[in-house]
Amino acid sequence: MRLTGARILMECLRAEGVEVFFGYPGGVVLPLYNTLGEYPDIKHVLVRHEQAAAHAADGYARVAGRTGVCLATSGPGATNLVTGITTAYMDSVPMVVLTGNVARDLIGRDGFQEADITGITLPITKHNYLLMRASEIAPAVKEAFHIASTGRKGPVLVDIPKDVFIEEAEWDGYPQGVSLRGYPIMDVPREEEVAKAAETINAAKKPIIIAGHGVVQSEAQGELVEFAERSDTPVLTTLLGISGMPEDHELSYGFLGMHGHFYANMAADEADVVIGIGMRFDDRAMGRFSDFNPTAKIVHIDIDPAEIGKNFKTHAPVNGDVKETLARLLPQIEQHSHPEWLAEIDQIMAQHPTDYVEEGTSLGGPWLVQALAEATDGQSTIVTGVGQHQMWAAQYYPYTKQRQWVTSGGLGTMGYEVPAAMGAQFAQREPIWSICGDGGFQMTSQELQTVAEHNLPVRFAIFNNGFLGMVRQWQELFYANNYHSVDLGQPDFVKLAEAYGVRGVRATTRAEALQVFRDLEGYDGPVVIDFQLEREENVWPMVPAGAALSETIESAEDL
Amino acid sequence: MASRNTIVAHVEDRPGVLARVASLFRRRGFNIESLTVGHCEEPGLSRMTIVVDGDDHQVDQVCRQLFKLIDVVSVQDITYAPMVDRELALIKVSATNFNRREVLDVVEVFRADVVDVHSEALIVQVLGDEGKVDAAVKMFEQFGILEMVRTGRVAMVRGTETTKPPAISDSQQAAAAIRAMLGRRPEGVLPFASD
Repeated sequence: MRLTGARILMECLRAEGVEVFFGYPGGVVLPLYNTLGEYPDIKHVLVRHEQAAAHAADGYARVAGRTGVCLATSGPGATNLVTGITTAYMDSVPMVVLTGNVARDLIGRDGFQEADITGITLPITKHNYLLMRASEIAPAVKEAFHIASTGRKGPVLVDIPKDVFIEEAEWDGYPQGVSLRGYPIMDVPREEEVAKAAETINAAKKPIIIAGHGVVQSEAQGELVEFAERSDTPVLTTLLGISGMPEDHELSYGFLGMHGHFYANMAADEADVVIGIGMRFDDRAMGRFSDFNPTAKIVHIDIDPAEIGKNFKTHAPVNGDVKETLARLLPQIEQHSHPEWLAEIDQIMAQHPTDYVEEGTSLGGPWLVQALAEATDGQSTIVTGVGQHQMWAAQYYPYTKQRQWVTSGGLGTMGYEVPAAMGAQFAQREPIWSICGDGGFQMTSQELQTVAEHNLPVRFAIFNNGFLGMVRQWQELFYANNYHSVDLGQPDFVKLAEAYGVRGVRATTRAEALQVFRDLEGYDGPVVIDFQLEREENVWPMVPAGAALSETIESAEDL
Repeated sequence: MASRNTIVAHVEDRPGVLARVASLFRRRGFNIESLTVGHCEEPGLSRMTIVVDGDDHQVDQVCRQLFKLIDVVSVQDITYAPMVDRELALIKVSATNFNRREVLDVVEVFRADVVDVHSEALIVQVLGDEGKVDAAVKMFEQFGILEMVRTGRVAMVRGTETTKPPAISDSQQAAAAIRAMLGRRPEGVLPFASD
């Protein structure tokens, strides 16, 4: 059967089981939009800016555990995706990005709305394609989904010139498999590597696990818990590893890093064996590399061989998928008990507890997150932006379910919270809480229109302190209170919400906040809540930039 | 200490592959000393010989990052393997009736070839390892080098061992073959084992 390139692409998406994708039309993708009506089973969500299409696909992918799909036209449409693609690339989120390009005979001639998007995205995609024939679409899309969703996951871009959408090619069904010689699946670890890791872990006196995004991506929470219990090892997570370990578990000790829990940072620094699982020893997590726990032996389990040994010397490297590796490691782990080691951390925890909310009536970040946790029974999916609110949300919400936590960790993209929560809401019915900064919210608030159109029950909780809070905190602490460009003027967020036909409410006291939580029970539409926070609250603890984890401070007086 | 290392990579013969490799080197801050690309024994694949500056850690990262490119089929670090390496140089040397004989003497010493003659210049073709080419260039400098081009290093492991990519049908075998290729640095299976 002969089909146009546009139809072939849609047949491919259908064969991949794509239920929703996020896009924005434009000149060169008109042939594709012309066919969308024939594929009502594949929901197209019209965003209001292409950046949002990429973030929405990303948020959807993280919550659904499936590959997210987005679409943009050539030129500015494609370049607007770049921030979203980079965000997904840095956090290893599976995504297939479709772009149109100018017709083949115009490529390279600076035609109207031409951008070399495959060139632009070389360093921010796992792989990309520029297709010059309709017959290339099916194999390329098959490969794109395969590459995006296997190994270390990531975004793959497929760029299709306008006339390739129109050209006809033979369609005899979606390709069954791929033949990628340079891309073997490396899920299963080598036996000798597993054995050496087991030996190192079995000999440990003060082991610690640092669980990363790989645990969530591999959905290995069960294996992680079993591994931790059998080896009696306390578990820390990285920022992105949050929700990989149920935080109500007695071996869960929070997350580590620049704004990680004090006891987590100390435990990582005191351990004799550090077991990194599906994480990449990032600088924000580990502090100053040269002074991170120099005597610890490092066991590193990761799907990406290039991550092993990248930042730290590794005593026992294991290249493999987290779930596959833990399944093979478990039988070799002896039943252990480390009561003294756990008591040591417990003591630090008792002296430096997380819950140091002061009495009062005004809204503070930590209080608000804890109140939200209580109101939602700790069961909500939380999406955040980047900054103070993100750190409070990481520190104070008790995550127990995999994929319950969605944040831009690697790239740190402000404005992620609005479209990512919108995309994520297409993956689940229960309302998603989007914890927003008042700065980030203003970057992407145009998506309220999309949210309203689909009546998505997202709760946009703006942690509004009228400042670009994290930058202000740095100016206060490290630039002698010299505030510049951080005092954000802002619209009336309640009126803004209402202008989009979205319910808007405001809370300025703790009592009002609690009332808002009660009022929203059972409400199944979108809402924007303007939580007016104390203006100059700081996030603690903190590892100052360039400092070691052992130098974590808990107040400005420690500086 | 930075040193010069030889990496052999087989890549799919597709448009844009060189750009991907170059982009990777640029982004990660790796220093390419030379890079040569050409056909190899297998149709559809190109063979790259890449000479990079760097310590063991950096070279290992180069190999691992290179392999992450989908179009890169195999990567091997052959720095420590017994190998033959060659480079070709074309050197346009100033040579007139007064000194041509002297120039030709140097050509002979280096077993180089004269590939073009003009009343005021010669093009000399020098073939050899980098040291030999360096030495020849130095000798010709006294006559005046008008122009020069060097190909950069190509290399091959001695004996029956090859750097050919494994023919792969089974994914597990493929993974094993690739893991065996990565990290051949002398310290052990993986290069940074701390003990």
